Amino acid sequence: MRLFRPLAIAIALLGLAMLPAWAQSRGPLKIEINQGVIEPIPFALPAFVAENAGAQQYVQQIDQVISADLSGTGLFREIPQSAYISRITSFDAPVQYGDWKAINAQALITGAVSIQGSQILVKFRLFDVFSGQPLGQGLQFAGSADTWRRMAHKVADAVYSRITGEGGYFDSRVVFVSESGPKNARQKRLAIMDYDGANVQYLTSGKTLVLAPRFSPDGKRILYTSYKTGEPRIYVMDLATRQARILDDQQGTMTFAPRFSPDGNTVVFSLERGGNTDLYLLNLATGQRTQLTNSPSIDTGPSFSPDGKQIVFESDRSGSQQIYIMSASGGAVTRISFGAGRYSTPVWSPRGDLIAFTKQYEGRFHIGVMRTDGSDERLLTASFLDEGPTWAPNGRVLMFMRETSGVNGAPSLYTVDVSGRNLRKVPTPGDASDPSWGPLLP
Amino acid sequence: MTRHLTKALMLIAVLGVAACNNPDRYANGTAGAGAGANAATGISSSPLGDPNDPKSIAYFNQTVGDTVHFAEDQSTLAPEAQQILATQATWLARNSDYGIIIEGHADERGTREYNLALGARRASAVKEFLAAHGISATRMRTISYGKERPIALCSAPQCYAENRRAVTVLTQPGNS
Repeated sequence: MRLFRPLAIAIALLGLAMLPAWAQSRGPLKIEINQGVIEPIPFALPAFVAENAGAQQYVQQIDQVISADLSGTGLFREIPQSAYISRITSFDAPVQYGDWKAINAQALITGAVSIQGSQILVKFRLFDVFSGQPLGQGLQFAGSADTWRRMAHKVADAVYSRITGEGGYFDSRVVFVSESGPKNARQKRLAIMDYDGANVQYLTSGKTLVLAPRFSPDGKRILYTSYKTGEPRIYVMDLATRQARILDDQQGTMTFAPRFSPDGNTVVFSLERGGNTDLYLLNLATGQRTQLTNSPSIDTGPSFSPDGKQIVFESDRSGSQQIYIMSASGGAVTRISFGAGRYSTPVWSPRGDLIAFTKQYEGRFHIGVMRTDGSDERLLTASFLDEGPTWAPNGRVLMFMRETSGVNGAPSLYTVDVSGRNLRKVPTPGDASDPSWGPLLP
Repeated sequence: MTRHLTKALMLIAVLGVAACNNPDRYANGTAGAGAGANAATGISSSPLGDPNDPKSIAYFNQTVGDTVHFAEDQSTLAPEAQQILATQATWLARNSDYGIIIEGHADERGTREYNLALGARRASAVKEFLAAHGISATRMRTISYGKERPIALCSAPQCYAENRRAVTVLTQPGNS
C-alpha cells in the first residue's frame, strides 16, 4: 500500500540539512519503526465532515480516537487545529497543499462521517503534504453505529500502516484480569476491552479466582486458569456465548498456563503431578493428551512459534528459570537464555523474529526481547515487578503488567515499543493484570 | 443463651461441611450461603473447636503448628520445618478422622505461573514428608495458590519469608 515519493522533491523543498532521519533514509512520509530515536511525524487531522445531521455527534469522538491512536504510538504528533489555515468543508474538495505545508504538516488526514439508518459510514483520505499527493486510496468503512470506535481505529490503522509499512494494531482487543480488594484477598475477574482500555466488559463474576487468560488466534475464544472446582484447572471460553468448559480435570493434578496453537486446534499447557510440572498438548477436537516434556523441573510458560512448529517455554531444569525451545512435538530442547538472572514467560512474536520475556535480576523485574537464538537481548523496562509481556498483532508493541510494591501494591497494564520507547499506562477502570492481546479484528 | 450458641455453632459446622468438597478455603462465593461475607472479607470460617482440646483443629493450628516456611525459590524442608511436620504427623496419626489439605504458597517475587508450580512443589514436599511419617496419602490433597494469597502484605524480606509457606489445613471428620 505505501507509496515512495521521489526523494528529490523533499530535498528540493526542505534542504537536506532540515530533513529528519526518517526522511533522509526513505523519502517523505515513511517511518522505520526499528530505527533509533524517531522525530514524530507531524500530522493534521481537520474535523471530519459530518455529511448529515445524525453524523454530527460522532465526528469529534471519531477524530479523538484517531488522534489518540496515532499520537499514542509516539511516531506521530498532531498539529493543533488552531494552527490550521485551510478548513475542510467537503470530503471531495481539492486539498490546498500549500496551507498544510505552511504549518509543517507532513501528513494530512481528511474524512467524513454519515449516518444511514442504524449504520455509520466513515471515510477518509491520507495525503503526503510535501509531495502533494494522496498516499493510497480513499477508504470507506461501514458498520452499525455503536461500532464508531472501531471505525476510527480502522482509519488510524490504515494511516499507520501506509506510513510505517507495518500492520496496524488499533482495532484489536485485550483480555485481562480485572482486580479489586485487599492484597491478601484479591477478587479477580476475567475482562475484555479495546486495546486502548475502552469498552471494558467482564466475563466472569469474581467469585472464583482466575488467572492468565489467552486469546485464541481468531479472537473468538479464550483459555484461562480458574479455581472454580477448588483447584487450578484450565478452561476454554467462547466469547460470543460466554460459555466455558473445563479442559482437563484429572484428580491429583493441577493444570495451568494454557495457550493456543496458531491454528487454534491444540492447547499447550502445564500439568503438575506430585510437585512436578511438565508440558502437555491437548487436541481440542479429540481431547487427546500428549506429554511433551518429562523432566523433574517446572516446565511452564509455553508459547508456540507463529508457524506452529516450535514451542518456547521456561524451565528451571538448570537450577533456575531459563528459556528453552523445542519442537512442537516435544523431544530435544535448546536453551536460549544465558544472561545473569531468571528468565520466564517467553512469548513468541507474531512476526516470528523475537521472543519477549520477563527477567528477574538483582531484585528488579524487566520486560525484554531476544532473538529466537537468544542473541541480541534487550531489556525494555525495569521496575519492582514487571511481568507477562503480550505482543500487539503487528509485533511492534508489547503490553505487560506492572505491579507496585507495598501493602497497597496493585497491578496496572502498560505498553512499550519493541525499541524500549514510548512506555505508556493503559487506562483501566480498576487494577489490571495478565493481559493477552488479541488479533487485529477483520 | 447456650442453646442459641450451640445452634450457631451447628450452623457454622454445616456451612463448613458444605464447603469441604471444595479445597479452596479462600473461595469467595462458590458455596452459596455465607458466601457474601466471604467475598467481602476474603476470610473463610470453619469450626476450630476449643484450643485446649488436644483433638481440636485450633489445638493443631496453634500448638502443633500448621505452617512451615521455605527459603527463596526452594521447596526443600529445612530442619525446623521437618520438626514441625514430624509433630504434625504424630498428631494426625492420633486424630485420624480429619481430612488434610496441604496448601502451597509463594512470595510475590516471582512470575505468576512459575509460582503456581513452586507452590505445588512445596505442598508436595510436605505431603511426601507426612506420607513418609505414616500418614495415608489418600487422606491428603494438595493445592497451590502461587503468589495469589499472601498473608504478610509488605514488600520486604520478612513478609516474603512469611508468605513462602505450606499450610496444613484440616477438614472436619468424615468430610475430607
